[in-house]
Amino acid sequence: MTPLASRETPQGPLRILRDDDQAPEVPIEPGELARMYRTMLLARNLDDRLIRLQRQGRISFHIGSLGEEAAIVGSAAAMLPADWIWPCYREFAAALYRGMPLEAYLDNMFGNADDPSRGRQMPDHWTGRAWNVGSVSSPVGTQIAQAPGMAWAAKRRGDDVAVLVYFGEGATSEGDFHVGLNFAGVFKAPCIFFCRNNGWAISVPASRQTASKSIAVKATAYGVAGVQVDGNDVLAVHRAVREARERCRRGEGATLIEALTYRLGPHSTSDDPRGYRKEEEVEPWRAADPLPRFRRYLEQRGLWSDADEERVTAEIESEIRAAIEVAERKGPPPLESLFDDVYARRPWHLEEQYREALRLREEG
Amino acid sequence: MAVMNIIQAVNDALRLEMRRDPSVLVMGEDVGKFGGVFRATVGLYDEFGPDRSIDTPLSEGGIIGTAIGMATYGLRPVAEIQFADYIFPAFDQIVNELAKLRYRSGGQYTAPMVIRAPCGGGIRGGHYHSQSPEAYFIHTAGLKVVMPSSPADAKGLLISSIRDPDPVVFFEPKRVYRGRPVEGRITPWDQDVPEGEHTVPLGEAALLREGRHVTLATYGAMVHESVEAARLVAKEGLEVEVIDLRTLWPVDVEALVGSVKKTGRFVVVHEAPRTCGFAAELVTLVSEKAFLHLEAPPARVTGWDTPFPCTLENDYMPMTPRIVDALRRTARF
Repeated sequence: MTPLASRETPQGPLRILRDDDQAPEVPIEPGELARMYRTMLLARNLDDRLIRLQRQGRISFHIGSLGEEAAIVGSAAAMLPADWIWPCYREFAAALYRGMPLEAYLDNMFGNADDPSRGRQMPDHWTGRAWNVGSVSSPVGTQIAQAPGMAWAAKRRGDDVAVLVYFGEGATSEGDFHVGLNFAGVFKAPCIFFCRNNGWAISVPASRQTASKSIAVKATAYGVAGVQVDGNDVLAVHRAVREARERCRRGEGATLIEALTYRLGPHSTSDDPRGYRKEEEVEPWRAADPLPRFRRYLEQRGLWSDADEERVTAEIESEIRAAIEVAERKGPPPLESLFDDVYARRPWHLEEQYREALRLREEG
Repeated sequence: MAVMNIIQAVNDALRLEMRRDPSVLVMGEDVGKFGGVFRATVGLYDEFGPDRSIDTPLSEGGIIGTAIGMATYGLRPVAEIQFADYIFPAFDQIVNELAKLRYRSGGQYTAPMVIRAPCGGGIRGGHYHSQSPEAYFIHTAGLKVVMPSSPADAKGLLISSIRDPDPVVFFEPKRVYRGRPVEGRITPWDQDVPEGEHTVPLGEAALLREGRHVTLATYGAMVHESVEAARLVAKEGLEVEVIDLRTLWPVDVEALVGSVKKTGRFVVVHEAPRTCGFAAELVTLVSEKAFLHLEAPPARVTGWDTPFPCTLENDYMPMTPRIVDALRRTARF
């Protein structure tokens, strides 16, 4: 169980993992379950390693997913390969699950020459077009207004493609949340709005974002389906998203999913939550950690063991170490990349400015 | 050739592009069944249906946000903002999202689309139906900004904008939508517009009048005031070269600088307020690139640095008498 009571809808959030670590009728292949767990472990290890890199001054920033791995991986795993996933900024595990290589993610963390966004965005602002994964933007909630357009375009083209868009509960206060839900409702867009309600928007608690007890209930006013799910129950998250995906396929339109979870860490490496929340609040959520919870389930089904844990953890640590070593050694992007991709072709003024920057660099 | 006004030319461009490319669609408030409050999308709903002539909920941020999503997926939306004055709820989506998507994703994602918005004064609309906000968008890397002054250019530039790989903000000067000023009165357009395929390349200014003494750069509705001013001062022997920029950004710098090198004198006319207006950029460019050719301080003839008024709008806008005054002063300096 998770300490959710104050945020629950009257019927309670969807839960599948029981307190005895059993779960009935899980329609996910064992190999897939193991891959989901492995990705959660990878995310947890990455968080730990990246925070240390930032403290050492080797990267400038990291925004982690500690405690929210089940919500992120469970939702990404429930989508189909052709579907689009449009991130907020905390969902690197979703991109990795979809196939974005660890190396590409770390190239962005270091902003090196191979960074898919060519060193133009701060760490954790990646893009993964090849895996139908979107482009991270810092302004909160802007992607919520765009996702219905993508989903509607897919529908008009006759593609069986749905769009999963992520955001936190803080973003539900933005106008773009209203805009996105409203347009998706009116256009019956095959769109899944996935709210990670992790309790905190930097220092502001969820209770300060809305007087509504739940986020999920807001779906009703937009004429879309609303579901609240235990966000630390990876199987429940998977089921909620898969059901929403089915509604998309059947042409029944959008779903707003509220995943109740908790941001165990700081907002980012630039934040220290000790200034605004008490350890007593965090403690029960540590006990509800989604990783051991999922692991116990896998173990009782015989799909995971201590030996697996040890072996996979060692694998992950060595993968991360090797990828960091490579990413850190790569140089910065070339000067001209600063002036490319502003437009499809470089106009006269950027050509002039490029030559000026080049001259200054050559003159030292 | 056919006689059209700017609204009909815009409509013609939209219809042709929608026929040519099934991914092109129009969307916005009242653009579908009703055909737009200015009638620019009239008939498109009947020909292309509600999925390509889309009435959206009343939300500018939603229109642009949704259009960005559509364009990212591969459609070519032409989104209408009913009045340029109402574009600001969509400012974040335009400036932080649309303009930066190609750059921030390393070229992986792009959102080629057009935002059409009627702009400018002259219809007694007060400050919420009269503004010219082009400078905000010219200032934003990643956007192209266009403003035609005539039906033929409106058609040709809009078709080019729809086909352009970059997002284009397309401002339409509503004062001259249906006619142009002749001796102070708006007179119906009698300009022939090429039928069928007609493009005007982005980034190329038009030389409307040749002259030796002063270069005048302008765009939109003020083109007509400027041409009239040039005609009046010609009677005094003052020959003014009038350049209609058409594409505001990236601007046709060669046309401007080439002309100023010939005349040595430079006047910019626009409706938008003066401070940090586009004229400031144009004057700087000319000063940087033709400094030793200048014979007089460049002059800006613009809207005043006040909100756009209603009753006194003809005192606010840089109408012909103010332009004549600036031309004379610049020539005499």
